[in-house]
Amino acid sequence: MSEKPEKLIDKKGLRLDGRKPDELRPIKIEVGVLSNADGSAYIEHGKNKILAAAFGPREMHPKHLTLPDRMVLRCRYHMAPFSVQERKSPAPSRREIELSKVIREALEPAVFVEYYPRTGVDIFIEVLQADGGTRCASITAAALALADAGIPMRDLVAACAAGKVGDTVVLDLMDTEDKVGSADVPVAIMPNLNAVTLLQMDGILTFEEFERAVDLAIEGCKKIYAVQKEALKARYMAVKQEEEVEE
Amino acid sequence: MSSLITRVRLKQIENLIEKGKRLDGRGLGDYREIKIEQGIIEKAEGSARVLLGKTEVLVGVKIETGEPFPDTPNEGVLTVNAELVPLASPSFEAGPPDENSIELARVVDRGIRESKAIDAEKLVIEPGKKVFVVFVDIYVLNHDGNLIDAAALAAVAALRNTKMPNYEIENGEVKIKQGYTQLPMRAYPITVTLGKINGKLIVDPWLEEEEAIDSRISLAINDEGNICAIQKGGVGYFTPQQILEAARIAKEKATALRKKLDW
Amino acid sequence: MPTFFEKKQIVTPGELLAEGDYIAGENTYEENKKIYAARIGLANCENKKVNVVALRAFYYPKVGDIVIGTVLEVGFNGWTVDVKAPYTALLRASDVLSRPFKPQNDDLSHFLNTGDLIVAKIASFDRAHDPQLTVSEPGLGKITRGQIMKVTPTKIPRVIGRKGSMISLIKQETGCQIILGINGVILVTGKKPEDEELAMMAIQKIEEESHTSGLTDRITQFLKEEKAKREENKNE
Repeated sequence: MSEKPEKLIDKKGLRLDGRKPDELRPIKIEVGVLSNADGSAYIEHGKNKILAAAFGPREMHPKHLTLPDRMVLRCRYHMAPFSVQERKSPAPSRREIELSKVIREALEPAVFVEYYPRTGVDIFIEVLQADGGTRCASITAAALALADAGIPMRDLVAACAAGKVGDTVVLDLMDTEDKVGSADVPVAIMPNLNAVTLLQMDGILTFEEFERAVDLAIEGCKKIYAVQKEALKARYMAVKQEEEVEE
Repeated sequence: MSSLITRVRLKQIENLIEKGKRLDGRGLGDYREIKIEQGIIEKAEGSARVLLGKTEVLVGVKIETGEPFPDTPNEGVLTVNAELVPLASPSFEAGPPDENSIELARVVDRGIRESKAIDAEKLVIEPGKKVFVVFVDIYVLNHDGNLIDAAALAAVAALRNTKMPNYEIENGEVKIKQGYTQLPMRAYPITVTLGKINGKLIVDPWLEEEEAIDSRISLAINDEGNICAIQKGGVGYFTPQQILEAARIAKEKATALRKKLDW
Repeated sequence: MPTFFEKKQIVTPGELLAEGDYIAGENTYEENKKIYAARIGLANCENKKVNVVALRAFYYPKVGDIVIGTVLEVGFNGWTVDVKAPYTALLRASDVLSRPFKPQNDDLSHFLNTGDLIVAKIASFDRAHDPQLTVSEPGLGKITRGQIMKVTPTKIPRVIGRKGSMISLIKQETGCQIILGINGVILVTGKKPEDEELAMMAIQKIEEESHTSGLTDRITQFLKEEKAKREENKNE
């Protein structure tokens, strides 16, 4: 199925889709897209199309999973069977279980879980189409779903990967680059607190390349954060106007 | 995997670490004592047991023949699985693998896979049709913290100890012959895990420290001292500076360990 | 020691609001002498206290709140009640009976049954215990007539209006009694169903479509027009 492209970076230093090494794919975000969820967001990051929804804080079932001093955050990252080239079985794979865990751990530092003991918040992420970097786009969307649910947060969480393609450290790998590239470093940050909440890596990087990749990924996260913030504000602009009227 | 830790104990751990010390007398950058035994399960093609302090992990390697993945017809297959068996900790329960055991297996898998530790091309019997499948099964026997480093070490030690059956092809059928050859290896990755308590990094957190840390970071380092896999875990965060510091410490620790083990 | 926002500026979680000698108010938090927003909302600062008026929040019980809830279950010595909060509220049998409860004689479902609506006050609530309700005050108890509607809890102050102007207007124009549950549930009771409908339409209008200026005026206008329309229909 997979054809290996000849060159991932051309003579001008541009990538397969014409991007510069430090350039993000186009990103579109909409907040408040699902009426039944307490909070929701939809992201298109390149060809990735992902929905995230948050429910709660609410009573948890089963009840024995509640904690006496904090809220429990649960997260399910799931890929639709039609989201990838070859149909994916809808049963959760080991990859999806691991990603659910690291996504949850990337979001949890941002949530004031101690405010609502004995409750739970569920985050559901459905990848409708995948094209590399789904865990990062999922985190970006899920953080907005939490904020849209009115859950108190220390910060938003924005995520983006950097990696190595050929000899070049590049930002925001798409699927082809991820498969053929020699390293991938997904990173999530709380932008205002200078805190990394997700960090994974596969491939081989020297210490210097790793440092460069982390820097580049953080820069990418900050750009995504700007889009994220605008999307959240856009959803509430109308409401804000209402409030002003009352003055 | 966490259980409740008393506030007093937490304070005790934090105060000691502030002074650069730890409950068990180690410095912040010290590993617990490491013991490795190889070849202890005769029925397995490869095996090793690692003791990291009181943490005990057994890895058995089985080799079978099977089909290669369609996108890698010229490579053998690696499968890593981890079992947190109930006898290893009161917090482990029998049943299908939970997210902790899946994460453990996938982090160990990534270190081996990304460093290209196994020479997978030499595991091909018939390209696209028949290859050797290497099953790495991680068995946690006693959980006293830092399962990732212990399991990663045991997995590589077991692979170093693994014998592949000799074979010949007769009328298109694979026939196993007498004798064995060594599993072809190209690299011996070493994984180093650090925890963060009160903004300070500690190497090889043991159980009580694991309950006190808010996050951990595991880095697999290959023979050249390059990074080949990373996993951040836990519900806290690292600053970018702490990450680079962790990477530096991991490289240093892996190099020292490699020298000691003569890998 | 600056603040980093304009009055009524829309802010998102994590945005730095002020640095130095300020107090972290509602929907904000402090870390290292810096105050950040914790919810999407509108920032303001009064007497060194930085607040964010949340544009999105859920109902969180507070002792003394009047709420409207649905009875979920008849239990052994009381009822569980959904008050649209992160916690299910409890109403004790003795509170309703105003006398000691005798399990052998009293059938609780006779007093309140699953699905019944009640107006209640939060009597107690803390981190370790679910909210407890009381109905033993005038105006509280089982709802037997009227109609119910739900709005986002953050909009309740807007339905009330400045110094209660908005809610007085609706009450006056429709002749309905209106009980606003702080948890976003509203009970409207009028002489005729048509009056109740009119009041609910007005409240819905407040919640949904008041983007432009002059909300009170427009609601006044709306009520007048609707009433005129109804008169006409009646005469025909």
